[in-house]
Amino acid sequence: MFDLARLCLVSLVLALAAPATAQVREEDLSEFTEKLEIGISTDEISITSDFRGADLTIFGAIDGFDENLLAQGKYSIIVTLEGPKENATVRRKERVFGIWVNTRSMTFELVPESYSLSSTRDIETIAPPGELGNMGIGVDHMRLVPLGFVGDGSNLGEFRNAFRRIRETSGVYQRDPGGVRFISSSLFRASVRLPANVPNGVHIVRAYLFRDGLFVAAKALPLTVVKTGLEQAITRAAHDQPVIYGLFAVLLAVITGWGASLLFRKE
Amino acid sequence: MTVYLPIAELSVNILIILGMGAAVGFLSGMFGVGGGFLITPLLIFYNIPPVVAVATGANQVVASSISGAITHFRRGTIDIKLGTVLLCGGLVGATLGVWLFSLLRRVGQLDLVISLLYVVLLGSVGGLMLWESIGAMRKAAKNQSTPRRRPGQHNWIHGLPLKMRFKKSKIYLSVIPVATLGFAIGILTSIMGVGGGFIMVPAMIYLLRIPTSVVVGTSLFQIVFVSAYTVIVQASTNYTVDIVLAFVLMIAGVIGAQYGVRVGQRLRGEQLRALLALLVLAVGIRLAIELIIPPKDIYSVVSAGFGF
Repeated sequence: MFDLARLCLVSLVLALAAPATAQVREEDLSEFTEKLEIGISTDEISITSDFRGADLTIFGAIDGFDENLLAQGKYSIIVTLEGPKENATVRRKERVFGIWVNTRSMTFELVPESYSLSSTRDIETIAPPGELGNMGIGVDHMRLVPLGFVGDGSNLGEFRNAFRRIRETSGVYQRDPGGVRFISSSLFRASVRLPANVPNGVHIVRAYLFRDGLFVAAKALPLTVVKTGLEQAITRAAHDQPVIYGLFAVLLAVITGWGASLLFRKE
Repeated sequence: MTVYLPIAELSVNILIILGMGAAVGFLSGMFGVGGGFLITPLLIFYNIPPVVAVATGANQVVASSISGAITHFRRGTIDIKLGTVLLCGGLVGATLGVWLFSLLRRVGQLDLVISLLYVVLLGSVGGLMLWESIGAMRKAAKNQSTPRRRPGQHNWIHGLPLKMRFKKSKIYLSVIPVATLGFAIGILTSIMGVGGGFIMVPAMIYLLRIPTSVVVGTSLFQIVFVSAYTVIVQASTNYTVDIVLAFVLMIAGVIGAQYGVRVGQRLRGEQLRALLALLVLAVGIRLAIELIIPPKDIYSVVSAGFGF
């Protein structure tokens, strides 16, 4: 919790302070003069295992903006926090001889394990669906590419919808239209949700600037999430030293079983 | 009071887990069964992922069987040679079982296979036990003696080749049926998280005609090593042994078992066996119902990295 509080502190001299390593991507389209800068106070956060979710605050600024357009509210900002990517398999049950069996499945290639989106308003009103789809912004426009052979692809849509629905219901995919606020004319603050079961690993904070429905600029920063505590140490041991972990589990059982019989015999 | 299970990746009420462990431990002490066949379905009912329930159940079996095995070893009621033949079959079976487990998990059919195996196993064991105990109760009511054993009767199993002399059991028996029995139990241990004593003991008595005096000790000998081996292999291939869950279960289980043993010694058999049979059947029916009723969501998502 302390770390998260520290996160909210931000250096306002963002352009000067942003470390070179944090600048993963910068898109500069010549027809636009605007530039986008974002900053978070740390590139690594550690959370304890009793973590119940929290908000991550990201500050940003638009440079080289047009005063008139800004006054008319033509600038829109979307900020996303994208978790580490893994292949995910969606399975569908059907009734076979009276019992429910997983019959069909589809695996989507490298989809984020978590995804939180904040924007100045509902993203569907920020840019046309085509544009969002091209850039893969938002849960509904996220790229879900099936792995391997999918037949005629007629059921692609239903599997994609099921995937989005399950991920949103479980809270790992979230959206907050209104989570980005301007705190001065060109300075904004975005809060994105870290879900309670936020996955370990490198997350990417992305910010997109739109002007009147047109994409202008984007910026990305990496954020490493490290879970700490006993439970995390156990998880790490189970995956990094599985044989020793297994031997330890057996040893624990032997001591418990044997110890109890000795203890109760003495009584 | 909740505790987070790092491998199952969910928070559970520790009191419920303790209660489950103690209740199953009590029953296992009372009836002299390992309890794995009750613990695993109960964990599944409590929304622990079946993959974790099975691997963790095997760990619990080690704890609940070890003290019995040591006691029998001290008394000299283990036929080590026979146990080793069983164990050889068991280790091969457990290896194949873990491989099958991973394969089924990959194709998304593991949960179904675990449930189906439990329905079949609990249904048949519970049914047979109920039948047997009702019969015994009827006979007791009619004041008849218990059914006579037919010692010395040989079946086709005793005609198999590769015979070996097992001095402690005072039998001359082919290693083929012994290793096959161990093999089958090994598969059950790794896929279902059970010790398998409730199948192995009757099979040794009625099929292999091994003297009752060494049967329980020898089967415990096999169970301890096969389930310990299964835990290590599950931990290193599927990463599904939840040590926190296992520890809570085994602490409650071994304590419950001590009281179960004391109560079991004072009570009469048939009615208790009928009650256990009803419990076993109820668990089996509950699992069967879950396979039949329409699921809340026909879709499920598993992540290749970590989840299930």
